[in-house]
Amino acid sequence: MSQKPTQPTLDRRHFLKAASLTGAAFALGLSSTEAAVQNLSTVPGAAPAPSFGLTPYIQIEPSGRITLLNPVPEIGQGTYQSLPALMAEELGVSLDQVTIRQTNGAPQYGPQTAGGSYSVRGQYKALRQVGASAREMLRQAASQQWNVSVDECEADRAVVTHKPTGRKLTYGQLAETAAKLPVPKEPTLKDPSTFRMLGKPMPRPDIPLKVTGKAQFGIDASVKGMVYASVERCPVIGGKLISYDASQATRQKGVLNVVRVERVLNKNRYEGVAVIADSYWAALKGRKALRVQWDTKELDQFNSVDYEKKLRDLAQADGITGHNVGDFDKTFAEAPTKLEAFYETPIVSHSTMEPMNALAHWQPQDKVEVWVSAQGPDLVKDELARVLNLPKENITVHVLFNGGGFGRRLTQDYATEAALLSKATGKPVKLVWTREDDTTQGPFRPMTFSALRAGLSADGKAIALQHKVISPSIDATMDAKYDKTKPDGTMLEGTGDQKYEIPNLNTRYVHADIQIPLTYWRSVTSSTLAFSHECFLDEMAHKAGQDPMAYRLSMLTKDSDTKRVLTKLREVSGWDKPLPAGWGRGVAQWEFFAGLAGQVVEVSKQTDGSVKVEKVYCVIDLGTVVNPDAVKAQIEGSVAMALTAATKDGITFAHGQAVQTNFNTNRMLRINEMPAVEVHILADGGPTIKGVGEPGLPPLAPALANAVFAATGKRIRRLPFDLAAV
Amino acid sequence: MATLKLTINNQPHTLDVNPDMPLLWAIRDVVGLTGTKFGCGIAQCGACTVHLNGTPTRSCSVPVSAVAGQKITTIEGIAKNGDHPVQKAWVAHQVPQCGYCQSGQIMSAVALLKQNPKPTDEDIDAAMQGNICRCGTYTRIRAAIHTASADLSGAPKSLKSTPKLGKR
Repeated sequence: MSQKPTQPTLDRRHFLKAASLTGAAFALGLSSTEAAVQNLSTVPGAAPAPSFGLTPYIQIEPSGRITLLNPVPEIGQGTYQSLPALMAEELGVSLDQVTIRQTNGAPQYGPQTAGGSYSVRGQYKALRQVGASAREMLRQAASQQWNVSVDECEADRAVVTHKPTGRKLTYGQLAETAAKLPVPKEPTLKDPSTFRMLGKPMPRPDIPLKVTGKAQFGIDASVKGMVYASVERCPVIGGKLISYDASQATRQKGVLNVVRVERVLNKNRYEGVAVIADSYWAALKGRKALRVQWDTKELDQFNSVDYEKKLRDLAQADGITGHNVGDFDKTFAEAPTKLEAFYETPIVSHSTMEPMNALAHWQPQDKVEVWVSAQGPDLVKDELARVLNLPKENITVHVLFNGGGFGRRLTQDYATEAALLSKATGKPVKLVWTREDDTTQGPFRPMTFSALRAGLSADGKAIALQHKVISPSIDATMDAKYDKTKPDGTMLEGTGDQKYEIPNLNTRYVHADIQIPLTYWRSVTSSTLAFSHECFLDEMAHKAGQDPMAYRLSMLTKDSDTKRVLTKLREVSGWDKPLPAGWGRGVAQWEFFAGLAGQVVEVSKQTDGSVKVEKVYCVIDLGTVVNPDAVKAQIEGSVAMALTAATKDGITFAHGQAVQTNFNTNRMLRINEMPAVEVHILADGGPTIKGVGEPGLPPLAPALANAVFAATGKRIRRLPFDLAAV
Repeated sequence: MATLKLTINNQPHTLDVNPDMPLLWAIRDVVGLTGTKFGCGIAQCGACTVHLNGTPTRSCSVPVSAVAGQKITTIEGIAKNGDHPVQKAWVAHQVPQCGYCQSGQIMSAVALLKQNPKPTDEDIDAAMQGNICRCGTYTRIRAAIHTASADLSGAPKSLKSTPKLGKR
């Protein structure tokens, strides 16, 4: 497996062949409006061998070398294995027989963005069809060459065999003929019982590159003549640039230039001062020597204490109904037992380990080429076209391995910033944000505050539940056309979707303006709303005098995936078995756009008063699984990320500025704090395929807080909380 | 600017650099070895870990002038073919996700095993606490270090656990 500069090394003339096969894309439901030939660039110095396109995704050279184009960037979630495997399984090759390349955002590859836990489930059928179509074309080519029936030709392990005579032709020998054949519209797919890769724990081909330092991330890209940039931005986001004095900065050895630059973040435009230098270190030194005056008036009043008070005050507002079943008000008023609680969660940063960065090269005739870590090459292209006002055919995008995404790399402010700097300087510019830039400049995950009320019947049954969310809105900070009179589905995410049979359910949204930019964070608003919703359910169970697991299951009388998940969780976690003294366990589940998972967390009270997270059991419902080991990894990762968000620092503001700036104040979970994680996957071929990357995250915080209650009697209603001092 | 002689992965390099440039940027931008990563710039995350005379060192916080003439090893230098027992264990346990922190993790693990060939979980926690992984590969890192330890002592064994597939 090779991963030379990570971009397609296929040159133009061979993509003429692919372009002539746009029928493939149409047959596969992937429309093509732009010729592939204009969009797959060559890497300088690469000398590609002739190759033939069997569908836009599969290129085969006469030598037998097979290249698969992976449409969704690898951000750690394993698409560099899972998506090529979908094609390879049907094509009849193993992943060590192929070269994997990332697509470039051209429309014939369909959606190319990692988001919404959608990569595998969104491509499961289409990419298998791609592989199967190519396989059928190769069989057809062999049957023509031998003048035999195609039924007698078997394609497997990159060879077509004529079964009656044992004659063989390699895929490489057949590629030229096969590429001229029509692409089958509905190729026969393999019987899943014959799968060699899909559904089995398979090694990821990116891993050998990642243990040797060979994997190329966005920050590792370089081109000849490249200069470096670091940008001073207003510490109070949105502050206006009054003036700057670059005289000391330009005196620094290696500093070439100081220019204004705009950071375009969705609807927002922020000003900055960029120092361009012949090394990144010189750019940083130059930046430190800048003297910049900002106008931050009014914006510098923003602080977390006042803002949180504002959210608590807004809880009195009625808000807008999101989801409604039955009559909450009446049932609640008449309920013999009532309870209410208020839950609070923090703003957090994404903090991908690779800070934001991009390399951009503005070239003559307004052409621009960028090398970048991004969650979608299509997103990069769209945003460069929008911000730079360029036709898409002028833009060439190379997406490399992402050093983490978590939703942050859905937003391409850093790519456009680099492109503007290259335009301004006339040189290829590598822009690298510092960790402080990355932590303090956003966009952030918003907090949500939740006012919850429930009515219980005399026997403790939940008869009425209301979840009112008071929060700023992600979409409002992105979109100038945001409509405050409509319920915000993103900010109410999941609250109306749980399968509990509660006859009177009402969800409401109260909008609060905010001046800082917000965006999607892994599992989006479910990352905070599951906490309030599922902890409150625990409070209801406690009020009813019932076991939290039994209480949940008692509200799931009908068959549902949620019921199956909780039933399995009860079994595998040993829920009904006693724990050692001082231990407690908690449960939570969450169903939302990405999928469904449930978790049981076990904690123990330590002699020093702290609480230790001992073990996490997770049951995830998928229906169909492509790589169980990669699913396990995603759950482990979700647990770590959720634990950080629940028990570390979050981002707070004072005088309009983020208080936490780097990993010393915005602390992340470390190895000594990582609990054991046991993962169970429900995958028996259910009717739908559910997502993997996000569902492991929402249940963790509520299951943890519920476990802390079980162990200590202390109810956690505000995140983050300190495990050392519960 | 100063002319400095560095030995990186047993190769001599002569660099014409600002003497206060952190070793990290000298390795990445001047020498061109990009396996060592920038994460925080303040020795908090460990992504930039290299060996300085065998000791794990955060290269983001050491001026290049301070290490002139000393022996520096980066991820590219621990094994010719990527087959150091720690690298093999990392592959066997499928440790990396995004992979960005893993060069630093591996450099810390290699140094740990050199100094303590049979580390306990507590030893691993102590030695690896300086390396942040946002993808949450910690349980696999711990398992892989045990496997590498067994491999180095000539008794390879896999501690790998696979997820359980269940019926709904």
